[in-house]
Amino acid sequence: MAVCVAVIAKENYPLYIRSVPTENELKFHYMVHTSLDVVDEKISAMGKALVDQRELYLGLLYPTEDYKVYGYVTNSKVKFVMVVDASNTALRDNEIRSMFRKLHNSYTDVMCNPFYDPGDRIQSSRAFDGMVTSMMIQVC
Amino acid sequence: MEAAASGGCGSGPPLLLSEGEQQCYSELFARCAGAAGGGPVSGPPEASRAAPGAATAASGPVADLFRASQLPAETLHQITELCGAKRVGYFGPTQFYVALKLIAAAQSGLPVGIESIKCELPLPRFMMSKTDAEIRFGNMAELHGTKVQIPYLITEKNTFKRMDDEDKQETQSPTMSPLASPPSSPPHYQRVPLSHGYSKLRKSMEQMHPAPYEARQPLVQPEGPSLGGPGAKPLRHQASLIRSFSVERELQDNNSSYPDEPWRITEEQREYYVNQFRSLQPDPSSFISGSVAKNFFTKSKLSIPELSYIWELSDADCDGALSLPEFCAAFHLIVARKNGYPLPEGLPPTLQPEYLQAAFPKPKWECALFDSYSESVPANQQPRDLNRMEKLSIKDMADFPVPTQDVTGDDKQALKSATDEALPKDMSEDSATPKDSNSLKARPRSRSYSSTSIEEAMKRGEDPPTPPPRPQKTHSRASSLDLNKVFQPSVPASKSGLLPPPPALPPRPCPSQSEQASEAELHPQLNRAPSQAAESSPAKKDIPYSQPPSKPIRRKFRPENQATESQEPTTAVGGPASVATVKPHPTVQKQSSKQKKAIQTAIRKNKEANAVLARLNSELQQQLKEVHQERIALENQLEQLRPVTVL
Repeated sequence: MAVCVAVIAKENYPLYIRSVPTENELKFHYMVHTSLDVVDEKISAMGKALVDQRELYLGLLYPTEDYKVYGYVTNSKVKFVMVVDASNTALRDNEIRSMFRKLHNSYTDVMCNPFYDPGDRIQSSRAFDGMVTSMMIQVC
Repeated sequence: MEAAASGGCGSGPPLLLSEGEQQCYSELFARCAGAAGGGPVSGPPEASRAAPGAATAASGPVADLFRASQLPAETLHQITELCGAKRVGYFGPTQFYVALKLIAAAQSGLPVGIESIKCELPLPRFMMSKTDAEIRFGNMAELHGTKVQIPYLITEKNTFKRMDDEDKQETQSPTMSPLASPPSSPPHYQRVPLSHGYSKLRKSMEQMHPAPYEARQPLVQPEGPSLGGPGAKPLRHQASLIRSFSVERELQDNNSSYPDEPWRITEEQREYYVNQFRSLQPDPSSFISGSVAKNFFTKSKLSIPELSYIWELSDADCDGALSLPEFCAAFHLIVARKNGYPLPEGLPPTLQPEYLQAAFPKPKWECALFDSYSESVPANQQPRDLNRMEKLSIKDMADFPVPTQDVTGDDKQALKSATDEALPKDMSEDSATPKDSNSLKARPRSRSYSSTSIEEAMKRGEDPPTPPPRPQKTHSRASSLDLNKVFQPSVPASKSGLLPPPPALPPRPCPSQSEQASEAELHPQLNRAPSQAAESSPAKKDIPYSQPPSKPIRRKFRPENQATESQEPTTAVGGPASVATVKPHPTVQKQSSKQKKAIQTAIRKNKEANAVLARLNSELQQQLKEVHQERIALENQLEQLRPVTVL
């Protein structure tokens, strides 16, 4: 279960960012932002020749003492970043992958909507919101 | 009963009760007494005092009942006083009956007094709460007793008529019971029974009116009054809107004649939708593409988020195109929304594509073409394109510094509202084009199309104005960098590869093209060492900076620009070079072939610039990491020092 989910556009601005409501949500925003560097590093490390073979799932980007940050990038350089609680040791890599896959599918569905302008914030899609809510930790 | 009543109360007036009244009052009394579990109780205003012997009505239910009569508080106080409850301190049968009689008198408009109860009066009327109604309703019907009335706004005038309708209601309530079932469907269908009732009222079937509300009242009561009022008005209002959207009024009435299924498509509606589909797409078995559908549905003048939600609901397979059943579902949702129905949470079963396919066979296409929409659809698109072109050309003609400053002003505000430090290039591009064209939403994304059309080139020409504010945002991100230090060539060797500035600045397609040539020579030295290869194009980009007269705003941001611009790898790069070559000419038409060549050179230059910027980007990110580590180190120090410092 994620604590924070963010969709970052190719130009490194957020299309969608949502975190579990806590007292200091800004720190999640900051973590996502700093993780963008790591994402770019991983992308560039693959080399240009391997663009097609590059895997979309980037894995653990970097751990902090409280949280772990996972990344996923699409072929159009749209990045998904997910922050999970580090104490949640039961969360396996496969689960993270499936969560990213769901995110990707929902994102493509949003893209298919002609009323959605690519590059806009994703704020009108209830299906997307519902999917993200299902992935986040349920905080009463 | 009368004897007992008159004997029981010492100072009470002699009470003459008719048969019906007797029955009703005793019923009510029994209820009030029963509701409290019997036992002595006091009248409403007094503290409790045990009443000897006779059963008394509990004050709680009595108070509720009196309040349900909808009389003002002072009247109720008067009544309780008159009936003797205040005096004796409790509601005995006598007092209760007198009170009821007085309530009836008050409701009939007679003054509250002993004299008034001497004459023949109608039964008092009470508005019941939900639970009370359930208790009382069954018995009321049998006894023909106190009528349960819903104070519906429109039917206020019917209250007195209802006496006469009492008998009729008995026969009608069974027939109305089917209407009771719809309200059990999800709450947002509440509007349906109400609209049904309202439409019936419009058709002046007033006698039917009270009964359906009565029948539904137990279920609908809480929502009834609140929805009734607003429900009535939006229906009328939206009906006129529908006409403007050229949906027939009869379709709406037909819709409302299915009270349990506002989402069911009638035959006429289906015909209409299919014809519309045909006007957009001749082949009934293929799809309407997203953009075509978008243009079409935008004409309905619903807001974009609502249209987006309707699309989400109706495009079941999420393929970005609408098949015939999906199109009908979407159209129907739009019609419903325009009529004031709230959009459902999920696609109703009657609008599912499989259902629609099965329910209605494929229609036979007729030869006749459809009128307004088929012609208006292409007609609308053309004027939109023309508008855009005109706007762009007008922009060209205008003095460039002026619009850019305006746009930069807009941009600053737009950017300030952005939460993230990353540069919203899209936002800048968007605000470059006229704000009202955003609402059209029909313009293609310039980035994704590599068209050689004139408007695209002109659009790129507009990109340049926007960037200036951006540096402001990026500056905050790189604020920890001492930019001045960075720029100096004496900066440590580690940063030698770094360039202060290749400013990917959007080219100013300014009138002062002549200056560009001269300044192009100046700048190469100022700027970058490493990027020799792309010197010519970056130089052109630098030019905008160094034009003080035309860009006072820019000048302020220049140092930041130079450092931070590099962080935008793809900033409107398409614009600059192409603009440099494209003359800001008011009459664009005669340059199409020239522009094709220009665009090709622009593409080449863009690629070069991209490479340069990517390199710069990585270098700057290195820097960022180092700064980040410094920050962490500083924070650690702070942590260590914190307990020591005295606050």
